[in-house]
Amino acid sequence: MMTDSKSVPEQFIAPHLRDIPKSGIRDFFDIVASRKDVISLGIGEPDFQTPWHIREKAMTAIERGFTRYTSNLGMPELRQALTTYMKHAFHATYDWKSEILVTVGVSEALDIALRAVLSPGDEVLYHEPCFVAYAPLIRMAHGVPVAVNTFRKDDFRLTVEELEKKVTPKSRVLLINFPNNPTGACLTKADTEALADFVIKHNLLLISDEVYSELTYEGGRHSMAAISRIRDRLIFMNGFSKAWSMTGFRLGYVCAPAPLTDAMMKIHQYCMMSAPTVSQCAGIEALAAGNEDIVEMRDSYHQRRNFLVASLNEMGLDCFMPRGAFYVFPSIQTTGLTAHEFAMRFLQEYSVACVPGSAFGTCGAGYLRCAYATGMEQLKEAMSRMQTFLKTL
Amino acid sequence: MDPLLEMLKKNARESDAVLAKELGTTEADVKARIAAYEKDGVLRGFRALINPARIDDTTVHAVIELRIRPEREGGFDRLASRISQCPQVESMFLMSGGFDLMLFVKGKNLQEVANFVSVHLATIDGVLSTATHFMLKTYKDQGILMEGEHYDDRLQVSP
Repeated sequence: MMTDSKSVPEQFIAPHLRDIPKSGIRDFFDIVASRKDVISLGIGEPDFQTPWHIREKAMTAIERGFTRYTSNLGMPELRQALTTYMKHAFHATYDWKSEILVTVGVSEALDIALRAVLSPGDEVLYHEPCFVAYAPLIRMAHGVPVAVNTFRKDDFRLTVEELEKKVTPKSRVLLINFPNNPTGACLTKADTEALADFVIKHNLLLISDEVYSELTYEGGRHSMAAISRIRDRLIFMNGFSKAWSMTGFRLGYVCAPAPLTDAMMKIHQYCMMSAPTVSQCAGIEALAAGNEDIVEMRDSYHQRRNFLVASLNEMGLDCFMPRGAFYVFPSIQTTGLTAHEFAMRFLQEYSVACVPGSAFGTCGAGYLRCAYATGMEQLKEAMSRMQTFLKTL
Repeated sequence: MDPLLEMLKKNARESDAVLAKELGTTEADVKARIAAYEKDGVLRGFRALINPARIDDTTVHAVIELRIRPEREGGFDRLASRISQCPQVESMFLMSGGFDLMLFVKGKNLQEVANFVSVHLATIDGVLSTATHFMLKTYKDQGILMEGEHYDDRLQVSP
């Protein structure tokens, strides 16, 4: 019986969904969206065009009539190519027939992974600051999100010390994302080994979202998929959006042992059927001939990152050198403003949009996420305005 | 290639200070490296890339295919060197295939280019034939598209 004071439509909304708070920076997003003149360092997607040969392949796919459903798991040719890619890039072996599932972006991969493994009340350890979707997706899967903090002193890497403070007998999953959005943090080899030991010790499933893995600048790429002793408790996910600037194609994939892939497949086949066919054709092309594209874009991001970190530190904003993704995460604590105040004033007075770190978790308070998926001219102008802004504070 | 050269190829107007930050080095180092490249003849110049359609520029550009007779000593080089001195020739390459030299030439008008070909080029001893193609429109020059601006249609903010 619906007896509370909510309107009729509201009464029908599931309580666990109703309880998910709207994004705290919704007002900020709305203001940015209403302005035309803004230089935005708030965009979490690449500024490069999708490489031409990949777009061309998508057009050819339409011409040739690749416009129907594919196998639920994804086109065999794409999954075979992914098997090869996983081996080369991560030294991991996955059987294309039973252990790889092509998804509608990593977003879907996360959703089906969580729904496949969580029972109501199960706790999911995840680290903050993190991508805004993690806690809501965990709740939508009836799980309990348990945030684990990461800190500037550790360059925002996740430590076992912090995990041990939050793990309980109800913990079932550890969800991680490195290279990280919003901090740009990457794990070291030792970190991955320690996390592997931790999930074994507490009998946890590990979900590793490595969508930024191709954007690693120095120090090597250390994937959880490379650690064979956790293979049977790992759901690895990656996508094409960041590596090949293919966000609108909505193409991702998960690699996991057959029983887990099968479980995710049950959800995927009923709610999604298959990932877009044209996108899958484009994905095959990206894997077959897209390595040079990555190198070119990565070099460009690398230079922009160097520029931003040097500029911010020069202005007196403490900013560690992130080794991956396309974000820098400077501290604005010396200004005496909160991240939200800083971002709001910078937007309103100087027309530059950066996202307050608090949007990505409470321990992001005091920081700003600046994305460098934006051309050098805009980055230079943004840094020059930031310098002027800081002088007025 | 040195990343510094790559960056200068993309934008030669970039300040040394910004280049230094992008490369993770000092401004003095960038200055020294550029000076060394200029001294060694690696960097031959810095020029603007202008879209002729957007300014009132009536200069005529043409591509000329030239067949020439190679010489016993020096092959194509003596003749090529002589032709390349002509101020009308903007770029010139030795080619494989059906002709030998490809010239990019410019003139105030069609008549001037035609005159250059018939009076100056075709008459040179050793030039066997010429074929002149006038350029009608520039779509892309040195990797940069001249038409069809790329609008950034991404959402202004995304997580």
